[in-house]
Amino acid sequence: MTFAKIAESGVAVRVHQLRKSFGSQIVLDGVDLEIQPGEIFVLMGPSGSGKSVLLRHLIGLETADSGEIHLNGTRIEDEGIRDRFRLAMVFQSGGLLNSLTVGENVGLYLSEHRLKPAAEIERIVQEKLALVHLGPKDSLKYPSELSGGMKKRVAIARALVMEPQVVLYDEPTSELDPLVAVTVGREIVRANAMTHATTLVVTHDRDLAFGIANRIAFLSEGRIVAVGTPEVIRASQDPLIRRFLSADFTRD
Amino acid sequence: MLVLFWVTLRALPRIFRYRRNLAEQLFEIGNASLFMACVLSLFIGGVLSLQAGPLLAQRGLGSMLGGLVGASLAKELGPVMMSILIAGRIGSAMAAELGSMRVYQEIDALRTLNIDPVEYLVLPRVVAISLALPCLLVFSLLIGSAGGAFVAALNPEVAVSATAFFNSLKATLEPRDIIHGLIKTFLFAITVGVVCCNQGLDTMGGPRGIGRSVTKAVVNSIVFILVLDYVITRMLLPFTKASMAGGF
Repeated sequence: MTFAKIAESGVAVRVHQLRKSFGSQIVLDGVDLEIQPGEIFVLMGPSGSGKSVLLRHLIGLETADSGEIHLNGTRIEDEGIRDRFRLAMVFQSGGLLNSLTVGENVGLYLSEHRLKPAAEIERIVQEKLALVHLGPKDSLKYPSELSGGMKKRVAIARALVMEPQVVLYDEPTSELDPLVAVTVGREIVRANAMTHATTLVVTHDRDLAFGIANRIAFLSEGRIVAVGTPEVIRASQDPLIRRFLSADFTRD
Repeated sequence: MLVLFWVTLRALPRIFRYRRNLAEQLFEIGNASLFMACVLSLFIGGVLSLQAGPLLAQRGLGSMLGGLVGASLAKELGPVMMSILIAGRIGSAMAAELGSMRVYQEIDALRTLNIDPVEYLVLPRVVAISLALPCLLVFSLLIGSAGGAFVAALNPEVAVSATAFFNSLKATLEPRDIIHGLIKTFLFAITVGVVCCNQGLDTMGGPRGIGRSVTKAVVNSIVFILVLDYVITRMLLPFTKASMAGGF
């Protein structure tokens, strides 16, 4: 599938009354969200607010206690959902397989599912790596030889190989210096512009959230406190959001 | 663990797809264990000869030492010791590798790529260990017998020549004894593979969790090996009684 075709295929994501507890700890407490096809939607909130857990529900790594997730109106638990919609995730740590080279990591989806011949996979791998500004030499390296920023970019390239309709990013700028964080943020925007995939970014990085989002949801203690454009969130008078946005280091 | 075993078994017909991973695992196991297996077997054979040789010689049965060492190595000590060695050396590495893959989200990443971690990671490991361990038993038998013969010839209390030692071994050891050992080793190998992979996949927490998983994997493997050893020996006993009557 070409990028032009994908452009028509970003899907709507709807989360309805999602609840999840780990033991006695309530992590998601009735989350409701609607994400439009192709938009960059940022889920922002303090650490431990349930952002990553929500993301893991969307990709199918967790099962909700109750509530529903729909992709273009189809429940995510329905059989064959993975054949109908392609979802990719970029993990906080990158999630690259350390035993494989960068090139093998990026081409893993195609090679394991035998979707293309080896030469074609190699061409696609180089194409996707070039999209995130990595060269053929980098494809021979192992993840342990890469910097944090490069790992994130390789993870983005691996996600793009799936030609996804939904891309989920878990804390994409964590552990990165501000310059590299800006680069990764740009890669996310660029990938979204090229693929038009619905993009959901989980972060507590305020600069990233306001820099890339079409809309932002603020999550606190497992509940959505506010949803809106960056301007709306910035102007919110909700005390939780005000405290989060105005938090700054000052010496006593 | 039983679930993992069943899922792995069901995935077995697709092992050809993972032949590259299988070859890597086989190389890893052979490379990491062959030398240690040889050293271990050499000394086990030597110690058996050292301990049993004088006792047999005192009773005028020194010429039967080769058979005793060979049968012990083939049916009991070889399978158990090789399996324990593999649990410690390969099983621990499997648990640590899968544990760190779990902790550092590599297994989650595989799932998001629609790749089944059991097929991709567990199946090649369990198949590789099941193929490699019986091969190690054959090496163990050869090297252990050589060790036993060496000690028997050099020990003046035994004074059994290498030729007499191997003649006794040939007369006593029957193919079914070796098959007995191979069956045991194969079942121990599956057990070690499944126990260690299961422990790795169940890893929780950070590096401490990985350490805990490795320890549990090795300890549980050894316990399972020893329990299974009794059960399998009991089951195979009727088939080996004839050879025991002929030899010892």
